[in-house]
Amino acid sequence: MSSDIDTLHPLDIEGTRLTVKKPALRYDRQGDMSDDRRVEAAMRAFVREFGATSAAYLESCIHCGMCAEACHYYVQTNDPRYTPVRKLEPFKQAYKRESGPFAFFYRMFNLKPRVTVDELQQWQELIYDSCTMCGRCTLICPMGIDIAHLVGQARHGMFQAGLVPHELWAVAERAEREGSPLGATPKVFKDRIDWLSDEHGVEISVDREVADVLVSMSSVEIMKYPLAIVATARVLNALGEKWTIRLDGYEATNFGMLSGNAQWQKDLSMKIINAAIKCKAKLLLLPECGHAYGAMRWDGANMYGKPLPFEVLHVSEYLARNLGNGRLKVKNLPKSVTFHDPCQIARRGGATQAPRQVLGKLGVELREMSPSGDVNWCCGGGGGVVTIHRADDLRYKVFQIKMKQVDESGAEMLVMSCSNCRLTFDDGQAHFKWDKTAHSLLELVADNLVQ
Amino acid sequence: MNLLDFARGPALEWSFAIFLFGVLWRLLGILLLRRVHDYSEPRAHRAALGALQAIVRRTWPRKEFRARTTYGLAISYVFHVGLAIVVFGFVPHILLIRSLLGVSWPGLPGAVIYFSAVVTLAALVMALIRRLTHPVLKLLSNFDDYFSWAVTIAPLVTGLLAVAHYGGRYENLLAVHILSVELLFIWFPFGKLMHAVLFVLARGQTGVVYGRRGAST
Repeated sequence: MSSDIDTLHPLDIEGTRLTVKKPALRYDRQGDMSDDRRVEAAMRAFVREFGATSAAYLESCIHCGMCAEACHYYVQTNDPRYTPVRKLEPFKQAYKRESGPFAFFYRMFNLKPRVTVDELQQWQELIYDSCTMCGRCTLICPMGIDIAHLVGQARHGMFQAGLVPHELWAVAERAEREGSPLGATPKVFKDRIDWLSDEHGVEISVDREVADVLVSMSSVEIMKYPLAIVATARVLNALGEKWTIRLDGYEATNFGMLSGNAQWQKDLSMKIINAAIKCKAKLLLLPECGHAYGAMRWDGANMYGKPLPFEVLHVSEYLARNLGNGRLKVKNLPKSVTFHDPCQIARRGGATQAPRQVLGKLGVELREMSPSGDVNWCCGGGGGVVTIHRADDLRYKVFQIKMKQVDESGAEMLVMSCSNCRLTFDDGQAHFKWDKTAHSLLELVADNLVQ
Repeated sequence: MNLLDFARGPALEWSFAIFLFGVLWRLLGILLLRRVHDYSEPRAHRAALGALQAIVRRTWPRKEFRARTTYGLAISYVFHVGLAIVVFGFVPHILLIRSLLGVSWPGLPGAVIYFSAVVTLAALVMALIRRLTHPVLKLLSNFDDYFSWAVTIAPLVTGLLAVAHYGGRYENLLAVHILSVELLFIWFPFGKLMHAVLFVLARGQTGVVYGRRGAST
């Protein structure tokens, strides 16, 4: 760092600890490519996937700045660097210079200079630490630009350049190598299942040759919220489903997608797809995990290269369906509840009503947050952000929006249908010594089943 | 050839040619790129409806966003509507369009036009001030933003001067006004003014994606 550190990093005297506002410019690098090769790899990966859709988006921005007003990072910091569309700047620049309709102009007169590795390094924080790909910006954009989708594409470039926050890179690499980002290997998972099955006296079917329903899990659940496995088993057993968990394809989180490695994304998705095909499943049940839903429900078939030969449902959709048709029955729960919508399931997934139907069947008094549903605020932990340590301060800042929303709802109970959101809420609760605990919708149903 | 003849003759033809060719080039440059097929099973078969909904609804923000966006949007609305009134409501403009395209419609009274023009001018100035002072807009803005602003306000200013016969011979004022419009035509395909066409594309495709998912468009 140069001597201008004092002016660039003013003191933060409002926080609880005295520090500079932004401690230091920090970024991670993987591999030992030269700087030029990094830039080249980033741009190649970014441009390779460039289709008409993304081009129309990048061409349409009118720099109106409205996306900032929808972004929790901007709203909580007032720092214009966090303006969503600006997070794409190097990639927009590369697009205009390399493959836009007037690329020859831009190159001839050097109107858009070549992107440098310094820029990419600076943008690492913007593309990863301060974007959960929650898509509120997509919803506010008057041009309809799907900024969150473009950030996902930019991550592909960053991954190829070896410029991913190290924790996110490491869990993605572990997922590719071991089959799970958080150490939920087949052996660990099997041990957990045996233990849970004993402990809770519930039958958990593993590695059935043929099954109607294949159950997938999030490693967050396997490692931190194992009762989700018990709850899933209770529900499926109550329904008398012919179901199974398969050790050759169970991990539904997709850190390939979150880190930006398209090949790993495909590898991870194909494990589950192949397992479902092998056991002739009619239904693939996705766990309470937002990005797992996006990865499989909307990207799965595209990884497979053709329509999937089975139905894909988030567990909240599955519960809503079976409570709706009366196959599943629950006791009345005389409580007031507020529901946190996971972005990838509601806003970007379209399954906004399912959890509300489930809560309706439970007979709770639903106290919606303001705003809620498709416009709900993100918890701040999605998109792999919860794994990135250096992003913690920023994450706590944006989490305060959620605390306020939950507190203002006045509900007795806080419920959600994403274990990654829940992890973020648990961490936020501990950090702020907050009195609200996040609960799982699935576990709530399982705890109130009428046998 | 005097300035007015130039403005009405070769300048008009060339600017129009550049406008048309540029718009087509930019559109084809986008549309001819690869399109990936989406194999996911749609929740709702309402891609077309989604596109239409997005194209129409994105014209105004959802109520949840209004509190934070009303000021900027109000300015934009005023100058968009104001420009439309001046461009399509002023009788001499209608006569010109009739001579070029053969279609016409009744014009608006002069007072309405002048009022709109002045209000539009004020809104454009406010838009510029906002761009120069708002931290987000300041950071986002580039040459295109300022130049597009300039070529938008220029016809308005020159038109008002021509109508007021202020600043020179009427023929020259009119010529400058026409030339300023031609500058706008020439710049249109290359900068952000193109959003007048592209908004349909960008909104439409987001509408298709989220319409299929059964999500908010």
